[in-house]
Parts: sequence; structure tokens; C-alpha cells
Amino acid sequence: MPELRYLDALNRAHHEEMARDERVVVLGEDVGAKGGVFGVTAGLLDRFGEERVIDTPLAESAIVGCAIGMAVNGLRPIAEIQFADFLHPAFDQIVSEAARMRYRSNGAFGCPLVIRVPYGGAHGTALYHSQCVEAFYAHVPGLKVVVPSTPYDAKGMLKAAVRDPDPVLFLEHKRLYRTVRGEVPEEDYEVPIGPAVVRRPGRHLSVFTYGWMLHETLRAAEMVRPEGIEVEVVELRTLRPLDKVTVLRSVAKTNKALVVYEDNRFCGYGAEIAALIAEEAFEDLDGPVMRLGGPDVPAVPFARSLEEAWMPDADRIAQAIRRLARY
Amino acid sequence: MTPEITAKPQHRSLGLSDEDVLNMYSSMVLARVLDERMWQLQRAGKARFVVSASGHEGAQVAMAWPLDKERDWFVPYYRSVAACLVKGMTPTEILLAVLAKATDPSSGGRQMPGHYGSPRLRILSGSSTVGTQYPHAVGIAYAAKLRRTPEVVVVSIGEGGTSEGDWHEALNFAGVLRVPCVFCVENNRYAISVPVRKQMAVDSVAARAAGYGMPGVRVDGCEVLEAYRVMKEACDRARRGEGPTLVEFRVERLTPHSSEDQQERYRPPEDLEASRQRDPLVRFGRYLRSVGLLDDARDRALWEKARREVDEATEAAERAPDPDPATLLRHVYQDPGPDRSTDPVYWIPRE
Amino acid sequence: MPVEVKLPQLGETVYEATVGRWLKRPGDRVERFEPLVELVTEKVNVEMPAPFGGRLVEILVPEGQTIPAGTPIALMEAAEPVTEPAPAEGRSAEERSLRLSPLVARLAREHGISLEELERVPGTGAGGRITKHDLLRHLEERRTPTPLETAPGKGEREDRLVPLDPVRRTIAERLSRSVREIPHAYALVEADVTDLVRYYERSREEFERRYGVRLTYTAFFLRAAVEGLRAYPVVNAQWTEEGILLRGRVHIGVAVSTEGGLRVPVIRDADEKSLVGIVRDLDRLVRRAREGQLSLEEVQGGTFTLTNPGVFGSIWSMPIIHHPQAAILVTDAITKRPVVRGEGIAIRSIMHLGLAFDHRIFDGEVAVRFLNRVKECLEAVEPVTR
Repeated sequence: MPELRYLDALNRAHHEEMARDERVVVLGEDVGAKGGVFGVTAGLLDRFGEERVIDTPLAESAIVGCAIGMAVNGLRPIAEIQFADFLHPAFDQIVSEAARMRYRSNGAFGCPLVIRVPYGGAHGTALYHSQCVEAFYAHVPGLKVVVPSTPYDAKGMLKAAVRDPDPVLFLEHKRLYRTVRGEVPEEDYEVPIGPAVVRRPGRHLSVFTYGWMLHETLRAAEMVRPEGIEVEVVELRTLRPLDKVTVLRSVAKTNKALVVYEDNRFCGYGAEIAALIAEEAFEDLDGPVMRLGGPDVPAVPFARSLEEAWMPDADRIAQAIRRLARY
Repeated sequence: MTPEITAKPQHRSLGLSDEDVLNMYSSMVLARVLDERMWQLQRAGKARFVVSASGHEGAQVAMAWPLDKERDWFVPYYRSVAACLVKGMTPTEILLAVLAKATDPSSGGRQMPGHYGSPRLRILSGSSTVGTQYPHAVGIAYAAKLRRTPEVVVVSIGEGGTSEGDWHEALNFAGVLRVPCVFCVENNRYAISVPVRKQMAVDSVAARAAGYGMPGVRVDGCEVLEAYRVMKEACDRARRGEGPTLVEFRVERLTPHSSEDQQERYRPPEDLEASRQRDPLVRFGRYLRSVGLLDDARDRALWEKARREVDEATEAAERAPDPDPATLLRHVYQDPGPDRSTDPVYWIPRE
Repeated sequence: MPVEVKLPQLGETVYEATVGRWLKRPGDRVERFEPLVELVTEKVNVEMPAPFGGRLVEILVPEGQTIPAGTPIALMEAAEPVTEPAPAEGRSAEERSLRLSPLVARLAREHGISLEELERVPGTGAGGRITKHDLLRHLEERRTPTPLETAPGKGEREDRLVPLDPVRRTIAERLSRSVREIPHAYALVEADVTDLVRYYERSREEFERRYGVRLTYTAFFLRAAVEGLRAYPVVNAQWTEEGILLRGRVHIGVAVSTEGGLRVPVIRDADEKSLVGIVRDLDRLVRRAREGQLSLEEVQGGTFTLTNPGVFGSIWSMPIIHHPQAAILVTDAITKRPVVRGEGIAIRSIMHLGLAFDHRIFDGEVAVRFLNRVKECLEAVEPVTR
């Protein structure tokens, strides 16, 4: 089986879906001739032509709004917003329109739309190219929000998203694009939207995480293993709808929970997981439910020293694990 | 006795038969009667909210008339009652929404009145957010273009909405993509209470079209035939693949913005009087009389018929059931099949 | 600002302790975890380590006083701000029992563990809390009261871990300390106790009838030991940095094997007691030991110890001294053996008398002389019958 980079797995998914279903179109800034600023849509323009691979004007709200119209009239659009930080102008279209279309029409209209965005802090991407936005959108009923962290999941979940009858916000942590490799089957397959996955079984405590933090958490788990702490790492993969059964099952097994996420800690997505566990796994808890999130400053700074101070990493996660294990 | 024909029947040169124009007039009358009934219901405490189209009927009938009821798309805004009736919605269906009934086809009572929708008639369900529907129209039109199907998309908005970013972004997209879309603006000179001179620095919305690479036309929306001519032209252009057009209708808002508004507070009496003078129903009626298609008796009969229809619709709508609270959670996502959870928040794995 | 040092809870059903010897004086510098004071309980003797480093300011409870767990016993000035919580033993029963996680509370409920029982479960979690692991371990112990006597089932070839109860743990600590600190040396003599045996068999019935208590060889050994200690007081001593402390009184501990483990009740002022007195004391103490009823006084203050593995058949042993005493006398089994008497061979009752001793305090000559005195008394019989 070939080993692909995360970025290539996404690219393959695009090619395969567009070949399989002529209703699938891609729109966004620089998606055509350039193949996307990260290269995710490379090769699509040459293969499928200008009408299905649309280089749009610089207007995020219209990109999403237009995609909504396309979806309503029978296409399966994949809208790329260049950075999650620039998703905000389209917030209204996503939240008030796409997420609500089905509910407000009492089921008459649906909106099968995929909005793809690179998100998260990487090296030197700074304040306006590093934000995590999942908290804003996972909050919205009617939207689905997914965060695959492996090439296998990236291809499978993008296919699932394209085929989903509801709007899907597809979050791609930009650090994954070129640094994470994995085996990706050549044939058609879907990774369903919804189920979480236990990436590493353990018995002393459970860590729930997603995005780039999955990889940092796995490193941290390995760091504490010689100290006798066996960490169970659960990757959520889909933020909405949430696979609460896997979460609660893990807590019932290890009796301690830590939630790790890159976004600002206060009111971040991890708070929902913590609340769920506290409410529904209360009698399984042998320790407080803890969260490790990013610092509560507006965004990731540019200077290397500041960026490193900001970013949660394996060391910090390991410290949090030790603190909880000791309780 | 045939009424005196004092003018040339210009409607025929537009391809409209006598029956057509009488039907247009009937539609306008129906819209007006329905409008009055909605106000009555609201003032009587039976409807919680009303937003009416009195004064806009001419423009709206004109913009919807060239459309195929089931193939072409209409993207309304909250005032588009008359256009929706022409597109094929019934007074009952409109009143079901006004009374927020379970069988309301637009939203099952979930939306406020004025949020029309029908997949069969290709009327896109809208929100209250002004302007967001414009980019939708562009996308719908693009899909038609991609599929090489001849449908056209007509979208409408008030002149206040043309200040929204989405409005401009959509026109820009439409110009670049050359989509089969006719962009209508019903300029009644007031965005609730904000007069047009505070809304924009230009005299005419249509002038903006040039900035987006498409023709812009300004027309008196209270002159039905003139309005129709412009719309027909624009739709034909679109169908021929020649791209979008911006059409600005000058209309009058004979009623307040909505049942929450009292326009006497900010509109001078002379202005209100001038509006009433431009009532499109009166004007079109005058035209029809001038070409011998309408007289008092026929007019009375048409109004009677409209009233009866609205009465029946009112009764039907009032008899309809209220929405069942048990349905509150439906349609957040596509209704699940047998192997998926009904809980929209949690994904429960199938064991 | 001086900080209180409180009496910790030392183990199951141990609600109080007697302050033994203070190992530090006011004004002394104390390192963190350095032994601060000896504590004596009905079950264990421990040295309490200082919970933090600093200076001992004031002793609040004098030696010999018995106080409940949680009582402040000293004031210490902390060297650095005390940031870490007191070690697990530092919490009172009430404080610990309130800090139950939801899981632990549920498990306790499901297994019918009462609050009183929970208070006795040792906690290894943060601040001494009872963790899931602690509770599960407790449940295991509840289910298997004498793990050592449970033979593995047929076909069970795997290793089994037998958890340590607090008493065993303390005994282990004490023995380790004894071996670690005291340079042990051993002396051994043989005694011909044929006459003693004859005397015993002749008089035990009468004795029992007359005094209402059973006569045992152990009582004879104790009387003989007293004679030995009278003759060689240095054997009734202990080592200190300041000098060899010759103990004024003679309190002899007797090793008793019970179901709950080893117990060493002390016969106080054994040198002032007749055989009958010793027999009575011994009978009472052994009974109480076997019933788990020994009080604080009954196990404290020993100056010398006798152990008698001879009752199990041991013919030679190398016991470990009961720290901080100078020596321990071991009496092994009386067996009939052929020995040379005069020019011929006779069958005699022979036993070994051994002494493990602190070689810092005295040497082999004294040890053997002591043993010989004990032997003398046993062989003469008469000295041990009074």
C-alpha cells in the first residue's frame, strides 16, 4: 500500500470524488491554476476544467454563499477558504444559512456542502494564519465538523464529507500537510463521520484530543511510559456529532480524563468534552477532569521564542499527564 | 357595452395576450387583498407578525411573470408575496405561514411570515439576514450554467439590502462567472425608516451595475408593462447565455415596513400621499380600462373573486393544526436512516 | 512562623500512639524525612520522619504520653516554605475519609464498605486520599485474610503477589533497621537439661492445680535469662552515640507467634518476679497476644528479648536483635541425644542456647559467659524453680 503525505491523501480524495461524481465542483481562491496555496487541489484544473475548478474572487462570504446556492441546485461543492482565520467573514453564511437551511425549511431544502480550511499554528504562521476555529462552529446545530489527523482518515473523511447530505466543515491542521505520512489505500473507501478512535490503549488515564495535538499527545504518552504511566489516547476525529460512547467508555476504563486541545483554553471545544465526562461519567472518576489548552491570548505570535512559548507540545502534555496520574 | 379604447394595446407588442394582462391584474388584486387580510389578522391578534408588499405588486408580478413555474428559480426576500403568488404559491400556503401552522410548506411554522420556500416551485427558503440570498442566487445560477440547462434565476431585495457586503460580493461573482441571473432591487426609498439618500451616495442602484460588469436598468415598478418588458429582456439575455442583469424597480411602500412599524412617524404626509398616487393597481387598472379590458363591473367582480379566495384561504389556514412540539428536533440534519441515531449532537455507534 | 507537626495515623485500628523517645531536641536542625520521634502503638513501633526540613522549635508531648492521632506533638520552623502536602500519614482519619472520589465512593457502596472501614484504608493518592487502586487492594485483602496460608490451586504455576499489611510492613522495617545498624555476632552453647525435663514432667500437674496456670519451659528460660542478666548487666543495655546505656530495670520481651503475625509482649521487671509470677505474666500475655488484645504498655519498654523457636522444632537459629536492645536469647528444641558422660554414652535431653548480640556493646567472651550462666541455671534446675 502506498504511503502518502496528508496533503496528497486529500488531493487523491478530490481527484477520485470529482471523477466519480460530475456534480462535485471545487471553488475558492487559488484552487485552480495554483492548485491551492498548500497544493491540496493540485492537478484538478487540468483534469476537470475551469467550469468545475473555479478560481474565485477574494470574497469569503460569497464563496460560501455561492457554494450554498450550488448545493441547493444539485451540485456537490467543495469550497476552500484559504485559512481558517479568514473564515470569519463567511460566518453568517455558514451559521445563519448553510447550517440552518434544512431546519428552517422544515426539511424541504438541504445543503450538501463541504467547506475545507487549513487551521492551527505552524512555524511562523503568526496571528492571522494560526487560529483554531472549531469552538465557533462545533457549537452550531446543523453543521458537521471534522478534524482528521492522519492521511488515511483525511482521504476517507473527505469522501464521506462530500457524500454527506449536510454541510461539513472540514478542518485540516496545516502542520499535518507535509510532515505526516501514512498508508492510504488506492481504492475507494470512506471513513464515516462520527466515530472516534482509540489510537493507543492504556489503563491509568485517558487523553482526549484531535488535530495536530494527537501527534503531540502520542509522543507524550510514549515519554511517560517508562515512568509506569500507561496512557490511553482517544482521537475524536469528528467534533460534531460527538462520539460520546467511545469517550465515556474510555473514562469508565481508566477513571481519569485529560482533554488536550490547541485552541485557547477558555470556552474551547475541550470544555464540552470535560462537561460531558463530568456529567455522565461522574461515578467513574477517580480524579478531576482536566484540560490542557492553548494560552488565553488572542493568537500565536510570530517570533520563534514567543511561538514556542505559546504552543502546547509533548512536554507540556506529559507534565499534565503526570499531574493527573499522581492524584 | 365595450369600454372605450383610448390607448394602444402595447401589451400585445410585448407578447402578452389580453388574458395574460387580465391575469396579471388579477394577481395584483389577489396580492393586495391577501395583504389587507394579513394586516387584519395581525391587528386582530391572530397573526403575530406581518410584512406586506402593498405598492410593490407591479414590480413583483412583472419580475415573476417571465418565469417558468417549476424550472426557473426565484430567490425572494421577505416582501415578495406577490411574486411568490405568481410563481405558484397559493393564498392558503401564504396564510399557513402567517398563522405559523404545521402544514405551512415554507417552514412548518418555524420561520416568521415572509420567509417563503418551495422546492417544487423552486422558491429558495430564505433567512432574515438581508443580502445573504444574493450569493445563493449566484450559486444556483452557476449550477444551471454548468449543467447547460436553460433555467434562469431571479433574486430580489430592497434598496437597503444593496449596502450589504454580500450584495456586492455576489454581483462581482456573477459578473466574473457570467451566470444566468437577474438581480432585482425593489427601491421604495425607505429601509424601515432610513431614507435612500442616507443609504447610498448615488442616485440610482442600477448605476452600480457597471462596476460589476453587467448592464443595469432602472424602471418604474409601478408601470407593470414597462417593468415586464425590462424583466423579459433580462431573462432572455440570461437564457441566451449573455450573463446577468441588474434591474432596479422604483416602487412605493404603501404600508409600514412591517406590523412592528408606524411609518407616519418618519414619513412626511406629502410623501405618503405621493406614494398613494403611484399605486400600481390603480395605474394598471387605468391602463386596462383604456384598452377596453376592464370596467367597473369586471373590476368589482375581480376584487370579489379575490376576496372570496382569500376568505377561503383564511378559513383553511385557521383550521390547520399548530406544529407538534415533538417535531422540534427534526431536520437539524437529514433525517437519519434506520441505522443512524436520531440524536443530532451525539453519534451513537451501532453495536 | 512555626508549623505544627501532628501525630499521624499509623495503621489499621490504630487511633492513638505513645510518644517514645524524642530523637531530636528543641533547637536541633532536622532534615526532611529524618527521624524525629519514636512512636509506640499496640501493634507497631515506628520512627516518625519529619514531614519537612527545618528546626525543631518545641516539643509539645513528652515521652511516655499517649495521644490520639492528629494531635500536634511538636512545633517546627520550616527551612523553606512548605509547599507540598504532608505525607499520606499526616492526615487525620476524618480528613481523609471526606476526600473520596466519585469512583471510590461508588465502589465502596457497591461492595458494602462502611465509612468506618474506609477510614482504615491507607491512601496513597495526593494528600493521602484513597485512590481506586487503594480501594481495590483493600477489597483483595478483605477477601483473602491469610494469603500466606492459601496454597496455589492445581496447575497454578504463575507468581502471586501477596500484599503487605501494615504490621508486616512495620516488622519488616524494624528488622531491616536492626540488621542495618547493629553489627550482629552470635554465640552458642549446649545445655544438658535432662534434669529440668524430669522436674517439669513431675511437677507440671501439681503446679497447674496449685496456681491455675500452665507451666511451660519458656518460663524456665526466662528465669534463667534473668539470672544471666543479673550476672552480666551489660547484656541488658543498648547502644547510643553518647555511650552504652545500661538499663536499670529488666523488661524481657517474649516472641509470640500469632495468627496476625509476630508479637513481642514484655514481662516487666522480670528480675523481681518468681517463677510463678513469670508463669502468670507469660500466660496472660500470650493469651492476649493470640487474641490481638495487647495494649501499648504490654509491648513497650523491653530491654532484652527471648525467642523460643524450639517449640517448632528448631535446633539452631540466628535471630535478629530487637532494636535497640543489646541482645536476644534464643532457645531451641530440647532433643534426646546420645552424649558422652564420663567414659560412657548416655541419652540426655540436650538443647542449644544462642545469643545474637550487638558486638559494639560487648564481645564474644561476655556473650558466652552470659550463656553459660543461663545454662548453669537450667542444668541446676533449682535456680529456675524459685
